[in-house]
Amino acid sequence: MSSGWVRMAAARDHAIRYGFIVLLFGLIGYFAIAADGFVSPQSAVFIFQSVAITGVLALGVTATLVVGGFDLSIGSVATSAMMAAAYVMVVLEQNAVVAVVACLLIGAAVGLINGWLIVYMRVPDLLATLGMMFLLVGLQRIPTEGRSIATGMTMPDGSVANGTFGAGFLALGRHRFDFFIPNLIPVSVVVLLVLAVLIWFFLEYTRFGRMMYAVGSNERAAELAGAPVKAYKIWAYVISGVFASIGGILLAARLGRGDIASGNNLLLDAVAAALIGYAVLGAAKPNAFGTAVGAVFVGVLLQGLTMMNAPYYTQDFIKGVVLVVALVFTFALSGRGKR
Amino acid sequence: MGNDAVFRVDGLRKSFGHIEVLGGVSLDLHAGEVTVLMGANGAGKSTLVKIISGVYERGGGTMQLVGQDFAPQEFLPNTPAEAIRAGVVTVHQNINDGVVADLDVATNLTLDRLSGSGAPTLFNPGRVRREAKAVADRMGLAIDLKARISDLSLADRQMVAIARAMAHQPKVLILDEPTSSLSSAEADRLFALLDRLREHGVAILYISHRMSDIRRLADRVVSMRDGVISGVFDRKPLDYEGAVNAMLGRKIHLDRIVARNSAKPVLTVDGLRIAEGAKPIFLTLGDGEVVAITGLVGVGKTALAETLFGVRKPLSGTMVLNGKPYAPESTGEAIAAGVFLVAKDRADSGIVGDFNIQENISLPFHKRMSRLGVLKRRIERAAARRQIQELGIVCRSEKDEMSALSGGNQQKVMVARWMSQAARLFILDEPFQGVDISARRDIAAKLRASANGRATLLFVTELDEALETADRILVMSEQTIVGEHRNADIDLERLLAEVAGGPLHSAA
Repeated sequence: MSSGWVRMAAARDHAIRYGFIVLLFGLIGYFAIAADGFVSPQSAVFIFQSVAITGVLALGVTATLVVGGFDLSIGSVATSAMMAAAYVMVVLEQNAVVAVVACLLIGAAVGLINGWLIVYMRVPDLLATLGMMFLLVGLQRIPTEGRSIATGMTMPDGSVANGTFGAGFLALGRHRFDFFIPNLIPVSVVVLLVLAVLIWFFLEYTRFGRMMYAVGSNERAAELAGAPVKAYKIWAYVISGVFASIGGILLAARLGRGDIASGNNLLLDAVAAALIGYAVLGAAKPNAFGTAVGAVFVGVLLQGLTMMNAPYYTQDFIKGVVLVVALVFTFALSGRGKR
Repeated sequence: MGNDAVFRVDGLRKSFGHIEVLGGVSLDLHAGEVTVLMGANGAGKSTLVKIISGVYERGGGTMQLVGQDFAPQEFLPNTPAEAIRAGVVTVHQNINDGVVADLDVATNLTLDRLSGSGAPTLFNPGRVRREAKAVADRMGLAIDLKARISDLSLADRQMVAIARAMAHQPKVLILDEPTSSLSSAEADRLFALLDRLREHGVAILYISHRMSDIRRLADRVVSMRDGVISGVFDRKPLDYEGAVNAMLGRKIHLDRIVARNSAKPVLTVDGLRIAEGAKPIFLTLGDGEVVAITGLVGVGKTALAETLFGVRKPLSGTMVLNGKPYAPESTGEAIAAGVFLVAKDRADSGIVGDFNIQENISLPFHKRMSRLGVLKRRIERAAARRQIQELGIVCRSEKDEMSALSGGNQQKVMVARWMSQAARLFILDEPFQGVDISARRDIAAKLRASANGRATLLFVTELDEALETADRILVMSEQTIVGEHRNADIDLERLLAEVAGGPLHSAA
C-alpha cells in the first residue's frame, strides 16, 4: 500500500534473507575484538577441525530433513564408527583401508535399518532413530566391556592388543595442507568441502534431489507423480548413516584412539547446524549451503566462547538459544513454516 | 405438518469473507421423523450443521427450538456444549471425533458428566459403570462396557458415539454421513438404532450420499444446492430421482458439445472388480474420446481412477492398453505406460507446496528432462512456459509460488503438469472441484481440443460438468458401472434414475 509499508516489508525480507550471514560476521568481528588470539592460525585450525566433523554429520541429517524425516542416531553412529575403526586396527590388527570400509558399512547398515523401521515398520522417525541411538551407545561398548581402545590395552580375556592406527589413517585427522599460511587446512576440512559440494549438487541439480524435496513437501503428490517414495526415504537415512560414519572416521583419526567419552556433543551441534541452515538466505527449507554456514556458525561460536573463557556448561545453553532464534527466523518471520 | 416442528431454521445465512456459503436456508424438523439432507460437495451442508451445532456463528436468520413448555424458543448456541445442553446433539462424520480411543466404553458413555462443571473431582469407577450401564440399556447397546474403544469395530465406535450423544436425551439428533466408513451389515445395526430413536420421538437430521441408506431411512428428503434448499420431498412414495435432480441441478446448456465417436480402442477393461461384493466393470475407451463417469460421492469413482493408475490393485479382472496387457504395480509403471492421473483434491495429492509453478509442472517427468540424473533446467523451464501459455495460467512468471495462485489457476497447473507430455490414457478425478466457472471452461475446452491421440476419462459428481465436456457419459453406483449414455439427446430421467441407484421410474 503506502511506500513505507512496502519498504518495511522489503526490510523484513532482507532481515530474513541475510540475517544469519550478518550475524555470523558480527560474531566473528565481536570475538576478534573481545577475545585475545581469536584471529590467529591456531584458532582458525581449531574452528576448522571442530566444524569439519559437525558439518559432515549435519550434511547427512540434512538429507533426512529434506524428505521430511529426522535422524537422531547420527551422533551415536559417529561414535560407533570411531570405536569400530579403533577396534579393527588395534584389536584385529587390520590396516586403515579395512577400518574405513568397516565404518562405512556400519553407517550404511544403520541407515538401512533406520529407513526400514520408519518406512516399513511405521515407527515415527524421531522414535526409531532415538531407539537406534540408545542401541548404538550400548552396542559400541560391548566388545571392550566399556573400555576405551588404545594400543597396548588389555583385553577382557587378558591378552594385550598390539595393533596400531596406521599413519595414513591418522593423517585423515591430523595432516594439514598449506594455504597461504603453512599447516592451515586440515584434511577433514577438505573432506567436508568435498562432501558439501557433492550433497549440494545432488540436492539442487539432480532429479533425485528434486524428488527428495517433493517427498518432504507432499509425500502423496510425489507418489502420484510416480516416485518410489519409500526408496527415497530409505536412501535418505542411508546417506545420513554413511555421512555420520565418515564423521566418526575423522573423529577417530583426530583422537588416535577409540575414546568412549568423546563425541557427546556431536548430535546437538550437527542438528543445530542443519536447523540454522533453514534460516540462511531465507531458504526456509533444509539445504546443503545453509547447513555448511550453520556448521561454521556453531564452530565460531564455540571457539569464541572458549577463548573468552566462558565456562563449558554455558556453551550448550548459548547453542540452544541460537538454535531457537534460528527456528523463529525460519518458521514465524518468513511465514513459510505453515502450509 | 409444518406446525408440529420441534426445530425450525429460518433464512439462515453465512458468508466466509465475501463468499456466501448459505444464502437463506429454511428447514423444519419434526418429532419422530427422519429428514434426509442431500447435497453435493460445497452445497453448504457442513456449514449448516456447524451453525446448528454451535461451531460457527450464523451470519443472519433465526433458529427456534421447542422448549419444555412446548413453546418455541430462540435457539442461539455459542458453543457446541450449549447446543447439547439445549437438546441439539450432533454426531460428526469422523467417528473418532466422538469417542476417546484409549478409554473404555463405560468412561466414554459418561465422559460429558465427568468433564462438565459441577462434576465430581474424584473418579468413582463404580458410579461410572452404573451410569454407563443405564445409558447402554436405554439404547439397547450390547457392547462390553469394559472394552477399550480402540479394540472396537468402527460400527461399535459409532454406536458408542451415538449412545453418548443420546445420554443427553436430545430433541434433535444430527448425523453427518454416519455410514461413510461402515459396512452394510454394520450400517443395518445403526439403522435399527435410529428406528428406535425415531419411535421415541427424536427429530433426526440425516446427512448422506448413500442412496441405499436414504431409501431405508427417509421420511422426508431435503435437497440442498449452492447454499439454499433446492427441493423438499415429503409425499409418499418419496421422489428420490427428483431429490437427486434438485441436488445436482440442471441448467440449460447453451454451449452443447458435438459428441464424437471413436473406433480405435485405447483401453479395454474386462471384468474389473474394485470392491468386495461389487459387480465387475466392463469398459472400453477410444482414441480421441472424452468419457465422463458420474455418480454420487462414495460410489467408487476414485477407487476406479486409482485402480487404473496403479495406486491400488483390483480384486479381479484384466485391462488391455494399446493392445497389450496392462496391470500396473505402481504409479511409476502407469506413467511409463502413458497413463496419467490428475488426482482429486489438489492440495492433498497434487500440489507440492515448496515448489514453484515450473517445478510442480515437471514433477512426474524428471527422468525425461535429465541426463545422467542432472536436471536440464532449460528444458524444464521451456515446458513450463509452454504449458502456462497453452492453458492460460495467470501468473507473473513460471517461478511464482503456488500459494500466490487462485484455486482455478492452481488446478490449471495440475492439469498442465500432466498435459506437458503426451498421454495414452488421461484420467482426471474431479478436475473442476474448487474451480471457478471460467477456469473450468478453459480446462474443459483444452481437454476437448487436445483429445486426439489419447483417451480421456473424467470422474465428476456434478452432472453439468459431464454434460459440458464428455462425448459419452457412464454412470457409477455401488462400485460398478450401471449405465451408459452418448452425450446427444440424453434421456436425463433414465440417467438420474441410475445415479439414484433404483429401478427406472420407481417413484413416478
